[in-house]
Amino acid sequence: MKIEVKDIDFYYGSFHALKNISMGIEQNKVVAFIGPSGCGKSTFLRLFNRMNDLIPDTRLTGQILIDGKDVYAPKVEVDVLRKEIGMVFQRPNPFPMSIFENVAYGLRVNGVKDKVFIAQRVEETLRGAALWDEVKDKLKASAYALSGGQQQRLCIARAMAVSPSVLLMDEPASALDPISTAKVEELIRELRKELTIIIVTHNMQQAARVSDKTAFFYMGEMVEYDDTKVIFTHPRKTETQNYITGRFG
Amino acid sequence: MKKFFEAIVRGVLTCSGFVTSLVILLIIGFLFTEGAGLFNEPMVEEGYVLALNKENDVSSLTAEQIKAVFDEDIVNWKEIGGRDMPITTFRLEDVERYFTVEELGSEYEHVGMCIASLIARSPGMIAFVPQSMLPADAEVRYIDDSTISLSEVFAGTEWFPTATPAPLFGIVPLLAGTLWVSLFAILFALPFGLSVAVYMSEVASERMRSVLKPVIELLNGIPSVVYGFFGLIVIVPLLQQGFNLPVGESGLAGSIVLAIMALPTMITVAEDAMRSCPRSLREASLALGATRWQTICKVVIPSSMSGITSGIVLGIGRAVGETMAVLMVTGNAAIIPTSIVEPLRTIPATIAAELGEAPAGGAHYQALFLLGVILFFITLVINMSVEYISSRNKYKLR
Amino acid sequence: MKSVEYPSRYAVRKRYAQRVAFWLFRFFSLFIAFILFAILGFIIYKGAGVLSWDFLTKAPSDGMTSGGIFPAIVGTLCLMAGSAVVAFPIGIMSGIYMSEFASKGWVVKFIRLMTNNLSGVPSIVFGLFGMALFVKYLNFGDSILAGSLTLGMLSLPLVIRTTEEALKDIPDSMREGSLALGASKLQTIWRVILPMGMPRIITGLILSLGRVSGETAPILFTCAAYFFPQLPTSIFDQCMALPYHLYVLSTSGTDMAAQQPIAYGTALVLIVIILIINLLSGALRRYFENRLK
Repeated sequence: MKIEVKDIDFYYGSFHALKNISMGIEQNKVVAFIGPSGCGKSTFLRLFNRMNDLIPDTRLTGQILIDGKDVYAPKVEVDVLRKEIGMVFQRPNPFPMSIFENVAYGLRVNGVKDKVFIAQRVEETLRGAALWDEVKDKLKASAYALSGGQQQRLCIARAMAVSPSVLLMDEPASALDPISTAKVEELIRELRKELTIIIVTHNMQQAARVSDKTAFFYMGEMVEYDDTKVIFTHPRKTETQNYITGRFG
Repeated sequence: MKKFFEAIVRGVLTCSGFVTSLVILLIIGFLFTEGAGLFNEPMVEEGYVLALNKENDVSSLTAEQIKAVFDEDIVNWKEIGGRDMPITTFRLEDVERYFTVEELGSEYEHVGMCIASLIARSPGMIAFVPQSMLPADAEVRYIDDSTISLSEVFAGTEWFPTATPAPLFGIVPLLAGTLWVSLFAILFALPFGLSVAVYMSEVASERMRSVLKPVIELLNGIPSVVYGFFGLIVIVPLLQQGFNLPVGESGLAGSIVLAIMALPTMITVAEDAMRSCPRSLREASLALGATRWQTICKVVIPSSMSGITSGIVLGIGRAVGETMAVLMVTGNAAIIPTSIVEPLRTIPATIAAELGEAPAGGAHYQALFLLGVILFFITLVINMSVEYISSRNKYKLR
Repeated sequence: MKSVEYPSRYAVRKRYAQRVAFWLFRFFSLFIAFILFAILGFIIYKGAGVLSWDFLTKAPSDGMTSGGIFPAIVGTLCLMAGSAVVAFPIGIMSGIYMSEFASKGWVVKFIRLMTNNLSGVPSIVFGLFGMALFVKYLNFGDSILAGSLTLGMLSLPLVIRTTEEALKDIPDSMREGSLALGASKLQTIWRVILPMGMPRIITGLILSLGRVSGETAPILFTCAAYFFPQLPTSIFDQCMALPYHLYVLSTSGTDMAAQQPIAYGTALVLIVIILIINLLSGALRRYFENRLK
């Protein structure tokens, strides 16, 4: 198991946002989290790289183990952890810098100074994100000059540049048009060869297309977690059935 | 009826919308008419002339030369383009040194004649006398009665508005004093202002913020005379002892007080700018393994640079225009400053200190209004640049 | 893709840099707070002994070396009231225009530019302007009227901006709700928008009064009297004012040593007025916020 989640409970103040969640995720698999808005799927995702640390007045019990190590152990340094676990956000959020600097950012803030290596790495990851051909002539241009879909692939490249072993994706295609979405999904299938991916989506077709396993969340509980095929064809729980057939959500 | 009423109210509201524009126009109008009048003022005090011996071929003098002559810094005509002969100065009050009461007449009725003859027989003399006093046929030459020139004001290095016969209105020392003291104020305020802005926006807990916010507001609310008073009673003596100065009132005291006064503006504007940096950018940076400090340096500050700059520039504006506190602690010596621990004098302080004594409508009065115009334009430029800086797209690369 | 080799000590170093930087910031922030408390503490400590009923209710005497500051307190209150009369109605109307009527585009941009410029004009320039226009040109002489008008002009930008921001924050749904019921635009503003914006407008206006109470430069040549022990009887009288009184006491006079305690007392009274105004506006803000909940 690459990732193990044991008895997670999470509170915003007195609000019980995640209730007793346990699951295991294997290496080089894509796992999709689906569920209606406010079901806790994004909150859960942000626990893996401790992004919720930034929100005041929250409380967590239980354990998340990545490669057998507790993410929330006291001696864990969050910056080291986050270097290991990449994240792609709902809306493209490139930095106000050049395309090159966006990709190089993660290397630089982690102390890599070798210019030749950085240049290689930027090219490598931009190729990996299928963006190289589109931007190779304007690496010095502002990242804001790119289209929304290109920006999101740039953000994926940026996350990949630091070579994480897990990639968290928080509705990565929700702000994109269908063609860009297809490109991002293609990318996800490629990236699976190298790392473990957890993707939050409200788009069930997307979950069905890209993921190996799917977890359905509802009201802070993980209702069902199984192979994607099983979830979308023979769900065991009626809530799951109702959700995937579009009766609510 | 109702429609008519609404139209009127609308009209009134629209007019009131332009009230600030109107005030600015009025300020420009009134300051300008008074200030520009300075250049129509004669160089020598109104109604007076400078009379020379007929043989003397010097015909025009600048205000600075006149002052030097009467201060006896220049003692020979060849120094100012004339022939080689010593200068004797004559003012009306010297008259009894040359003539007896009998010669002048019991009611001074012969004073004009006497002076004219005195000038006629002393080749090196320059006399500063009322024009009406000299007889029309007096055998004397007059220095050309030129008006105060632009270059004398804008390039003049001496501010001596009460000098006779020719007051000096060189604004360079005042301008230099203003810029000098503002520059140091900003240098002092910058590290504090930016640190506090970063701290309040990025580091401080909600509780700490709720303590600091009112502190900054109160610092902003304290009147400038109170800062001046505090500076005079506490900072000035401290500096005098600390730096072993002859007088504690100095540019340094002014800059320290101004720095404190400029801080709230700087902090508030810069903090607002940093807080408006989108959360998604911070999260992206943190998710790549950057520390919060790296995120602040590399993402938050660069992306809110326009706001931070606006804050700094507004702080400068506040420092440049500040009057009372500076007036009270800088010592008000109208000399071009060479070091920050000397007394110096700024434009606003000059206006505040001298307007009360300047006779309305006179050259000195108009010169002070001209200073007001200059100050107004400096702050206008500052404000316009703030508008320009903050109108630039935040996320465009430069 | 290959994995990346990271320098091993870097993570420690950058965390150390962060700790140092944050401590530095904390120190600077506390230092700023310390400055404020030093100023306030110093003036309260020195001024408290001077304060007495007589000090607050008697006129200065013996060439300002004894007596109280009553005329200056009254003068400052007169100027605050006068500037409010000048600036509030027109400033609020201007703010309403900016928020409710002015269409987007160059008009708003222009007015906002002018308002911002006016708020950047140094107070001494207002003093010059007030003297030229009100004292000399309109021939009001040095008077409360001239002083109030000058101070009113000075506080206009603050009043306008406060009003505009308070009204802008009211959601459009409120306007639409009222308009949908057949109310005219003016009725909507009068019955819905203004009452909703009033709490914030009022707190902003009170703060602007605080600023007026401490201004010295604008009244130097338009109103303030060096020594005017009787109370003003009309708006064409000169008056004393606390900030100017403090300035005079601390920079000129016959007996500086004897004047100094009175200066401390004056500074304290001025500070107390500012504190009261700040606390009052804060309290009002909280009160209105709670009432809305």
